[in-house]
Amino acid sequence: MTDISQSGPVLAADGTPLKRSLARALRLQKMRALLLIAPLLLFILLTFILPVADMLYRSVDNRIVQDVLPRTVQALEDWDPASNQLPEEAAFAALAADLKEAANAKTHTKVAKRLNYENPGMASVFRKSGRKIKKWDVENDGPYRERLIDLNKGWGDVELWKTIKTYSGIRTSGYFLNAVDMQLGADGAEMRPENERIYNTMLIRTMRMSLIITFSCILLGYPVAWLLANLPASKANLLLILVLLPFWTSLLVRTSAWKILLQQQGVINDTLVWIGLVDDANRLVLINNELGTIIAMTHILLPFMILPMYSVMQTINPTYMRAAKSMGATDWTAFWRVYFPQSVPGIGAGSILVFILAVGYYITPALVGGTKGTFISNLIAYHISTSGNWGLGAALGAILLAVVLLLYWVYDKIVGIDNVKLG
Amino acid sequence: MSALPPYASTGQRAWYYSFRVICGLIFFFLIAPIVVIIPLSFNAQDFFTFTPEMLRLDPEGFSLKHYRNFFGDESWQTSMWNSLKIAPMATIVSVTFGTLAAIGLSQPHVPFRRAIMAILISPMIVPLIISAAGMYFFYSRIGLQGTYMGVVLAHAALGIPFVIITVTATLVGFDRSLTRAAANMGADPVTTFFRIQMPLIMPGVISGGLFAFITSFDEVVVVLFVGSAGQRTLPWQMFTGLREQISPTILAVATILVAISIMLLATVEMLRRRSERLRGMSPS
Repeated sequence: MTDISQSGPVLAADGTPLKRSLARALRLQKMRALLLIAPLLLFILLTFILPVADMLYRSVDNRIVQDVLPRTVQALEDWDPASNQLPEEAAFAALAADLKEAANAKTHTKVAKRLNYENPGMASVFRKSGRKIKKWDVENDGPYRERLIDLNKGWGDVELWKTIKTYSGIRTSGYFLNAVDMQLGADGAEMRPENERIYNTMLIRTMRMSLIITFSCILLGYPVAWLLANLPASKANLLLILVLLPFWTSLLVRTSAWKILLQQQGVINDTLVWIGLVDDANRLVLINNELGTIIAMTHILLPFMILPMYSVMQTINPTYMRAAKSMGATDWTAFWRVYFPQSVPGIGAGSILVFILAVGYYITPALVGGTKGTFISNLIAYHISTSGNWGLGAALGAILLAVVLLLYWVYDKIVGIDNVKLG
Repeated sequence: MSALPPYASTGQRAWYYSFRVICGLIFFFLIAPIVVIIPLSFNAQDFFTFTPEMLRLDPEGFSLKHYRNFFGDESWQTSMWNSLKIAPMATIVSVTFGTLAAIGLSQPHVPFRRAIMAILISPMIVPLIISAAGMYFFYSRIGLQGTYMGVVLAHAALGIPFVIITVTATLVGFDRSLTRAAANMGADPVTTFFRIQMPLIMPGVISGGLFAFITSFDEVVVVLFVGSAGQRTLPWQMFTGLREQISPTILAVATILVAISIMLLATVEMLRRRSERLRGMSPS
């Protein structure tokens, strides 16, 4: 039997100091928790995080120029583009060698496509020369400068050489600059010509429309959340179903419903004509424009606003309002000074959620937005699947993702990500 | 505003009723677009609006034509079967991994809990087009693009946040002394999990699973990029249908999907109430 009154550390049953034994138990507990989480974390990293990171890298990836034109890039190292003179004979020789090799491997079209994004017209110079240069004997067919310019007079253009030199690094800021309507000039970044600026317009439009949608959701969601929070539970639950049903209904069903309803020959226009509000000859144009996107997306995202607002309003004690009124406040003052400030967290949570979801929307704008009501997502999809300018698509995606992640971080700080309510 | 007090002034009365009318209109805005396509889907004509016959409730104006088209058309049928093959598989994957992780996450001491949670929820937050593009490039590189497996994995990743959220919410009220009592009586961790913990968190797991199912069943952006013609799902078929020439068969499909969502919603609501009862919370 051990002496209980002994001095020194408290011991556990097996004789180790209690402190160490507890620390070991805690470590084991942590290990067990991590082991349970590990498979999913790995799964998400492999199927989701890694693909997204891989795509984002494409927005700065520029290895193609180095890979296809290694000798040219090296030869241009000593050339000073500011001199406005064509590079030395050596650069032309290097280019001829590179181009012949690339044309045989059929990689010259890739580099042509890449450089064409920065200097439109370069693709044809590369393609046309590539076809003929295959027959050249690169070893002793000098002088290349004259011969290349003879082959295609594009090679005599200093701008073309400047573009090759500017974009010879293995990483580039070119796509990002393009995504914000800028370009790399001889002396750093500069704005593109007025008529080529489309991406900023698109980004601003996406932000503006998402804000409008968020505000419409607040406007429509607040009264409903208030009603739900202040009705007896049984009635509120019944009405809550009306909010949850759209939430559970397929996005495509809701979008197609709007597409059908908003048509010029659709139910809404028919009803308006029947009531006499609108003349049959000039039916309202509700679809394929900004208005169509705003109406449909407000409807689709409204439940995401109502649910967080409702869960915050449920916690507001009704006695505060009564106390304010008993002290002489009018209904409006009691609401505005006492109730509303307490409901602000709900508005904040709902707004961030709705805005995050709205900014990245693709399906609904693509189907009801026409050309005027599309979002930045539609442009990204266009560059990834149709135009093939993956780098630009990735850069636009990175900008969109940065906006979303910033808001996600704010949301996590304010609301806590595990407090998201799903009905 | 639960009830109008008898001493309310005329102004208060007027506001009370007009507020209810406003709320009624908002509810109408929420529900009407979904409800209106149901009668439209029985239209005997190829129109997207009510014909005079329908408004007169003339039986001539109604027919099951669009439903016959849906069940008789091969491309609609294949796409439906593809959806039914992909969604359950994706659900199983996300529920298995998700439940395990949710249990891990609700242990009392988890290092980096916030960061891990943020990563696991991110598929819900990252814009779909970015996820889709990323998966498209990455999956093509490892040969998963255009395969059944690729679409299942992608959809499973998208469904996981919903499983995590619902299951951790159920675990918040879980009484830890129950597992300790089981261990005390000689049950090993696996037995404890299946006999004690699992039955209690089952409602959360099932509703998480339903969320994951509907996520995959509804998903179109990712499948457009990751899938190929062999994985053409129902939403994909609807999307191209809406984009090119819109056929009234879509109304029938939409009505069927609305019926499915009503069933899922009813199940989830039932489970939620049951789980709240089990945890001894007030039945709301």
